[in-house]
Amino acid sequence: MAEIDRDTYAVVTKGLTKRFGKIVAVDHVDLTIRRGEVYGFLGPNGAGKSTTIRMLCGLLDPTEGRGYVLGHDITTEPERIKEKIGYMSQRFSLYEDLTVRENLDFYASIYSVPKEIKQTRIEQMIQMADLSGREGELAAHLSGGWKQRLALGCSIIHKPQLLFLDEPTAGVDPVSRRNFWDLIYRLSEEGITIVATTHYMDEAEHCDSLGFIYQGRITAQGSREEIKANALKGGVLEIDCQPMREATQLLEQLPGVAEVVRFGNTVHLVIEAGGPTPTEVEARLTSEGLKVNRAEVTTPSIEDIFVSFVGLADRRSLRAQLRRMREGGV
Amino acid sequence: MKSRLLGMMRKEFIQMWRDRITMAMMLFMPMMLLGIIGWAINTDVKHMPTAVFDQSRTRESRDLLHTFANSQYFNLDYYVDSYEQVTRLIDSGRAKVGIIFPPDYARLLKQQRATQVQVIVDASDPLVATSAVNAANAIGQVGSLQIASGTLQRSAGRVPPIAPLDVRVRAWYNPDQVSAIYIIPGLLGAILMQTTITIIAMVVVRERERGTLEALIVSPLRRWELMIGKIVPNVLMAYAQMTFALAFGVWLFDIPVRGSLPLLYFLSLFFIMGTLGLGILLSTLAKTQQQAMQMSYFIFIPSIYLSGVLFPIEGMPPLARAVAYIIPLTYYLQILRGIILKGIGISYLWTQLLVLTAIGIVLISASILRFRKKLG
Repeated sequence: MAEIDRDTYAVVTKGLTKRFGKIVAVDHVDLTIRRGEVYGFLGPNGAGKSTTIRMLCGLLDPTEGRGYVLGHDITTEPERIKEKIGYMSQRFSLYEDLTVRENLDFYASIYSVPKEIKQTRIEQMIQMADLSGREGELAAHLSGGWKQRLALGCSIIHKPQLLFLDEPTAGVDPVSRRNFWDLIYRLSEEGITIVATTHYMDEAEHCDSLGFIYQGRITAQGSREEIKANALKGGVLEIDCQPMREATQLLEQLPGVAEVVRFGNTVHLVIEAGGPTPTEVEARLTSEGLKVNRAEVTTPSIEDIFVSFVGLADRRSLRAQLRRMREGGV
Repeated sequence: MKSRLLGMMRKEFIQMWRDRITMAMMLFMPMMLLGIIGWAINTDVKHMPTAVFDQSRTRESRDLLHTFANSQYFNLDYYVDSYEQVTRLIDSGRAKVGIIFPPDYARLLKQQRATQVQVIVDASDPLVATSAVNAANAIGQVGSLQIASGTLQRSAGRVPPIAPLDVRVRAWYNPDQVSAIYIIPGLLGAILMQTTITIIAMVVVRERERGTLEALIVSPLRRWELMIGKIVPNVLMAYAQMTFALAFGVWLFDIPVRGSLPLLYFLSLFFIMGTLGLGILLSTLAKTQQQAMQMSYFIFIPSIYLSGVLFPIEGMPPLARAVAYIIPLTYYLQILRGIILKGIGISYLWTQLLVLTAIGIVLISASILRFRKKLG
């Protein structure tokens, strides 16, 4: 790898592939993650997010392809990488029978945090996780949000250059999720590169760059603005009309409409480039005798954008999958 | 490196300390088992219902019957008039023992000729059989002495050429080999093996189950640091358990420790290393803690039956004996019994030490090799 790449990029992969028997979990993934950015790795469950992260951390060997983390080859120098990265998984990896302080102390020692600064570091982490006064409690007695912050503390106690977060907010209440992202921003300001996987599409808003992964393949990648600017040239229309069922059926027949998605009491139309304008859609519906309250261009959600990168055939099932995960919180 | 290993060991100690139930089990299970073997299981069965067929009906036969009754091993519940009746009582289970005097018992005795009293024992229950056989043997010896001395007086110092009374019984096996003193060192070894294998296997599997192993694997902690960090605290725990069990045995059952304790502790290390290696090996095969537990029994059962804890290896068929000689407990048992009961020194135990070292090296290397710092 060229010297310049090492300084610019925290993670680079080329054709990274993982097969489990006949199943291809990760299929020739090319990633470029810049140093210092917050990179969101988005996709539904089973898309290959965690498998990719695990290969980058040295938990799994790739079947094919290459990967460099902080300039080190993931297959030949995993031990060099391990000293410089932090990793926090969805399962939080805490010892439930150890206290808050003992957990931090343990992770500090296995990451060889020097004795002189160990206590200060532990105090910092307790502060950060807002766990002051609960240092002596067993990790088992902490609830979701606290556990999550303690797990974060344990994974950054050695001040890593790069932090991998694998579904860090799964199963945690919305308030804790927001607090957690605030912490992540602060870490990012300190210069730590963050790579987070998530299936909550709204969390993409917290990221500088995004990578979409679906069925083991990267469908889109780039800065958030780039992706938003380049995706959905035709835009998304929000239609509020009665009766909804007939409107939906009608709109699905309309040329230039890629997708019709029920969105609460309204319908979102994903329009292809050169597709109908709001006025045209309204005219069409009115001509069929439907009552249109509102028809206007709206900002596409990250979910709309993500889905738009997936082949037409898979869109309906992907939408359903994302909705289930959003509602189920899993 | 030092901080990583020490951190790992400290964590293991804290976890051990917090898991009070496992801790209590480790320390009190040996006490319970030794207690059961020492007190509840009494291999001496007394007051066995006995049927008597006395064809002699003389003072001499009644004297001997008194001795039987006074021994407390035999309750002379039935006096019958035929051999068939004796058999029927034993067959039906109402009597466990039958005593049959020949018609010429008193006459032969008076003529200072050998005579036989037949003792039939229900051998379907080996403990009953052993007790009856031993008691009858003892009575036969005592009886013959008394009778011999009685006749001696009358015949003015002439020693009869053969023991005049011969109580005929079938000896089963030597019951002295299953006494508490003999079995307790064996149990100690078996318990030590079982707890070390199970606990280290469960401790490693628990890390996998809870996802903390993943965190250890992405950390710079080396594989050997992880292993040693797990092994050392468990070795110390095994020593604590051993000390506890040994003290209990000495205190309550007067187990004599005839040899050198430091030597026993030193040699035990090689056995414990082997069983811990085996435990880690199991942990790489088991997916859940239950599986680890079940697998440990799969090792425990053959070990306890084939190593000589309960039955001597010498009496086993060649195949079983071949298996016995690859079981670490077999060698450790020889060390335990050798040092505790016989008081022998290292010069007699080199073979055991070498074999245990070899087994330990193989098991620990295999477990380190299998325990790759990868997930899949």
